[in-house]
Amino acid sequence: MKIEILGNSDTRSGFGAGLSQLGETHKNVVALCADLTGSLKMNDFQNKYPERFFQAGIAEANMISMAAGMTIGGKIPFTGTFANFSTSRVYDQVRQSIAYSGKNVKLCASHAGLTLGEDGATHQVLEDIGMMKMLPGMTVINPCDYNQTKAATIAIADHFGPVYLRFGRPKVPIFIPENTPFEIGKALMLKEGTDVSIFATGHLVWEAVEAAKTLAEEGISVELINIHTIKPLDNESILSSVTKTKCVVTAEEHQIAGGMGESIAQLLAKNNPTPIEFVAVDDKFGESGKPADLMKKYGLHSSDIIKATHRVLKRK
Amino acid sequence: MEKDKIKELNSFASQVRRDIVRMVHAQNSGHPGGSLGCVEFFTSLYQGIMNHNSNFNMDGINEDLFFLSNGHISPVFYSVLARSGYFPIRELSSFRMIDSRLQGHPTTHEGLPGVRIASGSLGQGLSVAIGAALSKKMNNDKSIIYSLHGDGELQEGQIWEAAMYAAANNVDNLISTIDYNGRQIDGDVDDVLSLGDLNAKWEAFGWDVMSCNGNSINEIYTTLENAKLKTNNGKPIMIIMSTEMGYGVDYMMGSHKWHGVAPNDEQLQIALNQLEETLGDY
Repeated sequence: MKIEILGNSDTRSGFGAGLSQLGETHKNVVALCADLTGSLKMNDFQNKYPERFFQAGIAEANMISMAAGMTIGGKIPFTGTFANFSTSRVYDQVRQSIAYSGKNVKLCASHAGLTLGEDGATHQVLEDIGMMKMLPGMTVINPCDYNQTKAATIAIADHFGPVYLRFGRPKVPIFIPENTPFEIGKALMLKEGTDVSIFATGHLVWEAVEAAKTLAEEGISVELINIHTIKPLDNESILSSVTKTKCVVTAEEHQIAGGMGESIAQLLAKNNPTPIEFVAVDDKFGESGKPADLMKKYGLHSSDIIKATHRVLKRK
Repeated sequence: MEKDKIKELNSFASQVRRDIVRMVHAQNSGHPGGSLGCVEFFTSLYQGIMNHNSNFNMDGINEDLFFLSNGHISPVFYSVLARSGYFPIRELSSFRMIDSRLQGHPTTHEGLPGVRIASGSLGQGLSVAIGAALSKKMNNDKSIIYSLHGDGELQEGQIWEAAMYAAANNVDNLISTIDYNGRQIDGDVDDVLSLGDLNAKWEAFGWDVMSCNGNSINEIYTTLENAKLKTNNGKPIMIIMSTEMGYGVDYMMGSHKWHGVAPNDEQLQIALNQLEETLGDY
């Protein structure tokens, strides 16, 4: 895939656009929001389909369980709030009313991770992927740009079962071509290579693209794979790549514990033990600051992916 | 209410009570107290009040639907579902056993007909019922949603989020009920965490509040009939049912001790001697 910057936008706007499109194409799609309609970019859906939009107020537990109830009668509810309030605040509701009950609810979560920025650690959830992937039957998706988020939003409406869709606040480069098919559970090959496999998800995919360019100049051939679906993991693509490269770097805006890297490490430990380095937050809470500064301070910058690659190549 | 109908429902209720104590005794596990206190309510709901189809379909289009929020009283739910035709009555003998569809707390996970949501972790069922009620409205389905909650369960904050939502959004195809037996695991509700003036609380939240003796078939059935007439008037409806935990078995009444304790062999016999076998034991 040829990678070039096609524009600049926030992934949450990709969600908003996808949701509006679903409003037109899927009459059973309904949306619920807990007082963050603007932040989640759900206004367009709300304005166009007011009879299918439900303002829950600042009462996330009620919103999540109501969404579970709405599935009875055939609705496909999309809930919208920040990632922290979509997961840790309502974990028991998600677990019992949605996951254990097998309800077709789409948990759409914005402002995930450090890039939420100035609001600080109370809102910067870095544990959400772990919490959601532990729930049996839950699909976990973390798209990387506006186009992929829009495509993922549309794709999950046709997938029966609970889904956690994670996206973010800041404007980031758009680089996945608009017509790229989004297949749940199927990793996206961005660049083939032979020396190292870099598996990246969410905002870290662009950082990995930048890192791969620098590494190429150093003569290191990177295979870059976008893991947009963390659960179910695309075992086949990962194992096939590692057979070739024999070392791995993972990159994500999440704690190391419970993250995508952990899932990949588990897969490799069982099938093909391989040196692996994790670019992720190492057991710390975030803090207030500009997103770019935070990403550097907490080790989630393209330079950190380069350093991790150098480390892992020495371990081959 | 017609005398014959009252007699018929009381006869059904007596058999349900036998099922409850036998199920809990067989596994030496389960919650007999609250189950026994809600027999008249479940009997009324499934033997006359609700328009429902025992040929189970999850979506329940054009059917009245019931949600049990205080899932620990699963024995009464299972007995009434089975005896209303949802699944074989003999399956009651698998309650709380391994590989059973009759889990300790109700779940959709094992595919038991009649159950539409998992419950057990308290406080979630009112929100679920509201969601189902909204789904009915969107589908232009005129059926009614019913839900049951424990009084101790009202200590959960989510209940009040849901209470606020339903009134603010005129969810008026919903009849919720409270098993107001005044007892919870650690003792009397008033001692553990008093609910204060329950009627006033629900009224202040904007609900149409009714009350009745939940252990009188005549009273609960008539109250539910009257509640149906009040639907579609802009307000959700709450029926506060005064009940006695353990009702029908003398030594289980007047205490919180039988909330989650099974009778031994001797106690089972004493209980069964007080409950007429009307429809045949499972």
